Amino acid sequence: MSRQDARLARRGFLFGGAVVGAGALVGACTSNEPPAAQQSAAPSPAAGGGTDNDRPGREVKIGFSAPAADHGWIAAIAKNAEEAAKQYSDVTFVPVEPTNDINQQISAVESLIQQKVDVLVLLPNDGEQLNQVARRAMDAGIPVVNLDRIFPDKLSYRTWIGGDNYGMGVAAGHYIGRKLKEKGVTDPVILEIQGIATLPLTQERSKGFEDALRAYGYRVTARQDAQFTVESGTEVATNLLQAHKKIDAIWNHDDDQGVGVLAAIKEAGRNEFFMVGGAGSANAMREIQSGTSVLECTVTYSPTMAGSAVKLARLIAQGKGMSDLVEHQVPQSITLASETITKDNVEQYLPLGFES
Amino acid sequence: MTETKQAARQGALARALPGAARLRLGRVGEARHVGLILALALLAVVGLITRPENFATSANLVSILALASTIGVITVGMTFVIIGGGIDLSVGAVMALASVWATTLATQSYGPWVMAMCAILVGTGAGLINGILIAYGRLVPFIATLAMLVAARGLAQRISDRKTQLIRPENGAIVELSTTRVLGLPLLVYIFALVVVVGWIVLNRTTFGRRTFAVGGNPEAARLAGIDVRRHTMLLYAISGFCCGVAAILIMARTTTGSSTHGDLYELDAIAAVIIGGTLLTGGRGSIIGSILGLLIFTVITNLFILNGLNTSDQLIAKGLIIVAAVLLQRRGLVGRRT
Repeated sequence: MSRQDARLARRGFLFGGAVVGAGALVGACTSNEPPAAQQSAAPSPAAGGGTDNDRPGREVKIGFSAPAADHGWIAAIAKNAEEAAKQYSDVTFVPVEPTNDINQQISAVESLIQQKVDVLVLLPNDGEQLNQVARRAMDAGIPVVNLDRIFPDKLSYRTWIGGDNYGMGVAAGHYIGRKLKEKGVTDPVILEIQGIATLPLTQERSKGFEDALRAYGYRVTARQDAQFTVESGTEVATNLLQAHKKIDAIWNHDDDQGVGVLAAIKEAGRNEFFMVGGAGSANAMREIQSGTSVLECTVTYSPTMAGSAVKLARLIAQGKGMSDLVEHQVPQSITLASETITKDNVEQYLPLGFES
Repeated sequence: MTETKQAARQGALARALPGAARLRLGRVGEARHVGLILALALLAVVGLITRPENFATSANLVSILALASTIGVITVGMTFVIIGGGIDLSVGAVMALASVWATTLATQSYGPWVMAMCAILVGTGAGLINGILIAYGRLVPFIATLAMLVAARGLAQRISDRKTQLIRPENGAIVELSTTRVLGLPLLVYIFALVVVVGWIVLNRTTFGRRTFAVGGNPEAARLAGIDVRRHTMLLYAISGFCCGVAAILIMARTTTGSSTHGDLYELDAIAAVIIGGTLLTGGRGSIIGSILGLLIFTVITNLFILNGLNTSDQLIAKGLIIVAAVLLQRRGLVGRRT
């Protein structure tokens, strides 16, 4: 072995040692527990109006099944459902292990049916594929509250509650249309950054946006799709900003991908336009609140719907209606309005925002 | 007949003599660079014709370079691995893991320098594990790095709880890599350039580089020539992992976040760039400059498509066609030279 080789070997050994030591050092760095002081209070759904319906009634057992969290929105769904259940002394909340596997979700729901819960709240991984088991619950006399992703068969659920993707597009279109009209802009450059373009929900959002803008005589100048991820938001926005030297407004479909879009905008140092977000994450709300960001507004597709679903499930099990309506029973279907959050009302929405 | 025999003998000679082989193949590499540069020029002409007011602006060129930086750094590491006769499928996932690990609240509490070090150590560590499994565990590179791809993504999701981790304002120094400009270029482009220059020097001007070509070209001959092939192979994967760590810092700077979704399918982009750049997938031959040119071709295509408001799907079709065309042209070039 030559001297050079010996030196190389020694260097390699030292290098290896350094890496092992450093590995031990960074090992202490994977903790993600926020310091106690910064632990944000879990968002509690808007307090019920204190109607008779909120008074303790018959004891009910509510079964709950949803997909495993793969982004902030789904995580917030589970949290909101649990928070709503905790408000009632007459509710026993029985959540099953969340999963992204259809097969596992089916058997989880089957186990809830066997436990004879009084009512089920289900956010299926896929409405088509969970339809059968929901139908079995209904046939066994357990009412199903279907959350967001709808079952194709009306016999499979008692009540559906979910968001309005078309309405999100409409809300974003109205905000942008109205604002540009007020400014008197005639031929505005309006950009749209979509999520995953092949999903029906994305197409509905775009359709609503287009239709609302048409009412003001405007149209979308350019549309590009991203992947709902931060990184794809950055890449698409970086290129779009180059393609359009002067922009009037941007609608970005998703607040999580919006973090990347905002990073690209800051990097390019552009601020001649305003931007509207989508979904309603806490982070987007903080940007809106700051007043210094190009992000002026976001239109909700709020996970608080899970809290409402649990409340509805309780009413159904107790045989009560919604106190503000004339009917004695809970409606068959509730589509939530996509709400527009701006600097003026952001305070009120901040507790409902989800961490992306 | 005699000609082919002679060619075969020449080939054998070239394999036995790494120096001579490199001399001959070096010329082939340069010829191919001309083709890549022509392709880039062609794309630039398309840009100038379709969007004259947008394409040739300095702002657009800067954003093309900034976009290319992240995958560019990864491509340098990938070039080393592929020249050394291996493949690294785990690069995108390792970058995501490094970005997540470096942006946990615990790591962030130590400040930006520790975050950067953490990203690099996590990347290098994952690369070393790949290298040890392949060199000493005798796993096929495809399988070992495929396993790392899956596992690193999973660990990244586990640590981040599948959430997007924002860089806190007090660690803004990381983000400044992308927002601070020197001579009109963001700092991250200089980091990219530095990695390319260092990579080029190591590959072309050091013993380590010469050994990389030898190990990739013919590991048995390299072993007989006294090279510790296993240790060398391990180090090549560590280099790739190191590059993923650097890329993680760049992606954190660009997106202001760490996330388990970062770097999705980067491995395919990096491998495609390396192949277009004329590096042999079987190892033993290739160049970093070629890989970077290949990557720039891809980035410029994305840019052109968005400038012209065209569909993402068409972009993917165009990229697929380019990969096939590049490989076909290379093969024709090789055959032409042999006979």
